[in-house]
Amino acid sequence: MNLWKKLMCYSRSHSPWLFHMNSGSCNGCDIEIIAALSPRYDAEQLGVRLEGSPRHADILCVTGPVTHNAAAAIRTVYGQVCGPKAVVAIGSCPATTNVFIDSRTLDGPLDRHIPVDVFVPGCPPRPDAIILGVAKAAEILAARGNKLPEESVMVPIGESGCCAGSCNCENANKAAASEVQQ
Amino acid sequence: MNTLITSLARLLIFPGLLFAVPAAWFFLWVERKAVARMQGRIGPPFMQPFFDFIKLLGKTTPPRNGVAGLLMRAWPLIAVSSAAGAVGLLPVLPASGGFQGDLILLLALLELPSMCIIAAGFSSRSIFGEIGSAREAVLSVSYNIVFLLAILSIAASQHTFSLSELATLPSSPLRWLGVLALLVCLPAKLHLNPFSLPNAEQEIYSGPMTEYAGPELAMWELSHGLEWVAATGLVATLMAPAVAAGWLAILIFIVISFAIVLLLSVVASATARLQIDTTVRFYWQCTLIFAVLAVAAALFVRFKA
Repeated sequence: MNLWKKLMCYSRSHSPWLFHMNSGSCNGCDIEIIAALSPRYDAEQLGVRLEGSPRHADILCVTGPVTHNAAAAIRTVYGQVCGPKAVVAIGSCPATTNVFIDSRTLDGPLDRHIPVDVFVPGCPPRPDAIILGVAKAAEILAARGNKLPEESVMVPIGESGCCAGSCNCENANKAAASEVQQ
Repeated sequence: MNTLITSLARLLIFPGLLFAVPAAWFFLWVERKAVARMQGRIGPPFMQPFFDFIKLLGKTTPPRNGVAGLLMRAWPLIAVSSAAGAVGLLPVLPASGGFQGDLILLLALLELPSMCIIAAGFSSRSIFGEIGSAREAVLSVSYNIVFLLAILSIAASQHTFSLSELATLPSSPLRWLGVLALLVCLPAKLHLNPFSLPNAEQEIYSGPMTEYAGPELAMWELSHGLEWVAATGLVATLMAPAVAAGWLAILIFIVISFAIVLLLSVVASATARLQIDTTVRFYWQCTLIFAVLAVAAALFVRFKA
């Protein structure tokens, strides 16, 4: 039984299938998600697959600042994803509504509607930051199982244009945190 | 009693479930890896289809009520069991038994998964599922004529409907023509480019599978892999030279199957998806003529002899 649990945990962390949802994004982050799957970054090495149907997905990738029209759709799609599931907010928009803050057409940020596990800040974030965010979400998913998230994680690379390992993570972390608080 | 044990061994051990399930995962991996390499990527790790399968088993499914829900749970199971049965019928080992007409049973079992896909898309009541199912139905009407005529020409030229006899008889030029026609039908049967119409994800998301989740989806993946094993295995047994040693027969079977999987994946990654009317025209206008000619030639040769 324990062995089965271990195998399931390992499989969950090694097979994240994504569903990409645009909630009024400018298409910048959406292009970067596609770039993460392209030959240069090749997220399929981690078992990532972009799925057409939310029923197949484990991780919901949301871009955009959540417009009034998109809010109900986001809740519907979140319900359609079968558990265990995780949510990755890609870009600064779903985290803070970014430059569109105080707009009357918005109902954001994203965590007012659905629980978010990982924020990948950036406008747009780099593809390697998106891949790191997805990998982190897969780890969280594997450890958590069917329960709801307790607190969300920040993936602190992207805007500065540096890759994981080559930058001072503490500073980037602070920068990202202050961005969210704005 | 002895035949019962032999047939159980064929169904459960080799070339049945114990061999076919890992082979199915391996072929799914080869397909993804070959496509990735052709696109200049590294591609998924070796165990990826296995991890996907285990993960899908651990996911929840949405509640399904009534007869439609029951049917939706039943279709993938029927598809998996018929595909596994088809693999179990393959005459890989020389002198492993078999009966007159098992070729027809194999064809029926090979056809059942795509019937299940059609039914599954319609019973899921999703608009994308229904479009996908309609496409699958049109596609299966198109390629099956050629597929069955090719098999018929092989059977007629060798004067037998028994798979093990077909595997041991010396091959004739007509058989190679039939094998070629089978190879042309395989991409449509396995939903690969350029005939990947039922699951064209840029157009209709996942087609008939759109509403499926968790363990049901895992069963669909497995049945797709088993279809790979059965379809390539059928061509491999028709192509393989007859050898006496069991291990050599197994080795030749695996090598030829692997080569066909590689060939189909490379073709799939090098081509774009055709439109449904182009596909139908391809099978009905271009390929059908050759299949009819092959059958006519086979019958002619037999009556002359």
